[in-house]
Amino acid sequence: QKTSENIFSKLSKAVMGKSKVDEEVLDELEEILITADVGVDTTIKVIRRIEERVARDKYLNAAELDVILREEIAFLLEENRSSDTSDFDLPADKKPYVIMVVGVNGVGKTTTIGKLAHQFKLAGKSVVLGAADTFRAAAVDQLILWGQRVGVPVVSHGMNTDPASVAFDAVKQGVDSKADVVIVDTAGRLHTKVNLMNELTKIKKVMQKFIPDAPHEILLVLDGSTGQNAFIQAKEFTRATEVSALAITKLDGTAKGGVVIGISDQFKIPVKYIGVGEKMTDLQLFNRKEFVDSLFKKKG
Amino acid sequence: MFDNLSSKLDRAFKTLKGTGKITEINVATTVKEIRRALIDADVNYKVAKEVTDTIKEQALGRDVLIAVSPGQLLVKITQEELTKLMGGSKVDINIKGDPAVILISGLQGSGKTTFTGKLASLLKKQGRQVLLAACDIYRPAAIDQLKVLGEQVGVEVYAEPENKNALQIASRAIEHAKKTGKKIVIVDTAGRLAVDEQMMQEIEALKKALNPSETLFVVDSMTGQDAVNTAKTFDERLNFDGVVLTKLDGDTRGGAAISIRHVVNKPIKFISTGEKMENIDVFHPDRMAQRILGMGDVISLVERA
Ligand SMILES: Nc1nc2c(ncn2[C@@H]2O[C@H](COP(=O)(O)OP(=O)(O)OP(=O)(O)O)[C@@H](O)[C@H]2O)c(=O)[nH]1
Ligand SMILES: Nc1nc2c(ncn2[C@@H]2O[C@H](COP(=O)(O)OP(=O)(O)OP(=O)(O)O)[C@@H](O)[C@H]2O)c(=O)[nH]1
Ligand SMILES: [Mg+2]
Ligand SMILES: [Mg+2]
Repeated sequence: QKTSENIFSKLSKAVMGKSKVDEEVLDELEEILITADVGVDTTIKVIRRIEERVARDKYLNAAELDVILREEIAFLLEENRSSDTSDFDLPADKKPYVIMVVGVNGVGKTTTIGKLAHQFKLAGKSVVLGAADTFRAAAVDQLILWGQRVGVPVVSHGMNTDPASVAFDAVKQGVDSKADVVIVDTAGRLHTKVNLMNELTKIKKVMQKFIPDAPHEILLVLDGSTGQNAFIQAKEFTRATEVSALAITKLDGTAKGGVVIGISDQFKIPVKYIGVGEKMTDLQLFNRKEFVDSLFKKKG
Repeated sequence: MFDNLSSKLDRAFKTLKGTGKITEINVATTVKEIRRALIDADVNYKVAKEVTDTIKEQALGRDVLIAVSPGQLLVKITQEELTKLMGGSKVDINIKGDPAVILISGLQGSGKTTFTGKLASLLKKQGRQVLLAACDIYRPAAIDQLKVLGEQVGVEVYAEPENKNALQIASRAIEHAKKTGKKIVIVDTAGRLAVDEQMMQEIEALKKALNPSETLFVVDSMTGQDAVNTAKTFDERLNFDGVVLTKLDGDTRGGAAISIRHVVNKPIKFISTGEKMENIDVFHPDRMAQRILGMGDVISLVERA
């Protein structure tokens, strides 16, 4: 996985010449975790657990820290029980499988939808997209262009139309055309805007008129370079609607992916996808093991 | 939403209660809490450390006024320090040349195109003739987006949808401005990561060739620890003149503002507070400091004392 520079290349420097894990090493570790946007709470948790281990094992070699930290982080990701998705397969009994994509402004929702459509298409699925962001300037055009790029149909009513009715028609077309998956784009909204958050419920309800258990997946997109607000976003969107999966984007930057650790620790919603660029192919299924490995891979 | 921070500071105050002078010992705990609060607000770890060290120096030995606890005094010092750090007085944008060129830069999705529309609207209201140049040749429908915004605010947009050369488009936009009597050209560019060498070269070349009187770096106020590195790289490549802080209508505390200011020492010139074209404002360092600390009440308490 290409999550840019790994966050722990600094770690070896921090423990160099040290024979044991002491206060200073832990301070260093705290800095490494915080500056990777792991988040304050999760950082404290990791440090505490390592402190406990140091106390329990009496003497802990600094060289072992790498291994221990890897274990601790794998554990944090593991705690979040659900298993990783291994391919772009879909449950056979839910056809079309309806995905609603939500998140704050500019995180990468529309792009992620384009990439997802590409992956599903590669997996031999038929895809329908719904352009229910009817608010942001040229949002509909953007999705239509993605549809053309990938080669999948886009249901749209144009700008400034009712997003719920676009969603309804997208689901309807999905059913009519026997599509495997329908992905509905929504306008970016800050979780502090109550009206806009309520609109999500409305969009959802309208889809349910057609398929009672739709949307089968509500995908919350988070920008990997977001700081502490990412946690608030996850909390508030979860409160407002049944978020069932997360996508973390822009991990090709230098945000270093620490946010994935914090989010996995603080929320029980699985990280399903990660975005690593702007191209159609720059989407990966999140894989815990690979992710942890990528964090610790030593750079030359 | 600031509960977390308030309670932390409250705890810190308790530690200091009943002492009349700020000493090395009683300051340590509070400073640590303030540091944590800053980090919690996304101020960069190193920057938070430096800032709180300064605060500590300033605080040591200062007499505590009657009715103000040492904790409150410390918070006041912190707020003053942060305000100072983010720049005292307002800095205007430079509009020079015929036409004057304003170059917009930043990461993907930070709010550049939206801000471009807003700035055009603002300048137009001041009676200036503005042209927008659509130089994001990558993002799907980026040109359409700018066109829609241009139309909304009544400002012409120069675009060449088939052209895949941003520099050429910008240069022709400037020619077009000269011909049509426009005095200012605002150049919207594609979002790019600081680590994307090819894209950084593109914007560097734009800056070099267009010689803008103002180059702005647009940054999402929700950005985390990495804001400093991004700002540093953009500044190294562009030597930008000012910063635009966006999406402040949310509940982010916006600590990135301090980090960026501290690291690149460039003024924050505008803030963006919504998706609508009128949601643009000048930057107030004092308000931002309060926001980062999340403690309007504490400040007024200290002010009254
Ligand atoms: N480098 C990088 N850029 C990305 C990634 N995902 C999206 N982007 C870029 O981020 C910007 C915003 O992406 P969009 O897909 O328009 O975001 P959005 O959430 O739909 O935005 P709104 O609909 O305006 O709220 C675009 O320039 C995308 O190309 C990613 O994984 N890596
Ligand atoms: N709530 C809020 N949304 C904003 C603000 N500024 C921009 N946005 C939204 O953020 C999203 C991204 O804004 P854009 O202007 O497209 O960002 P950009 O930097 O041009 O994006 P790219 O060109 O893809 O790099 C859009 O949904 C905007 O409506 C703001 O101050 N507040
Ligand atoms: Mg979108
Ligand atoms: Mg743009």
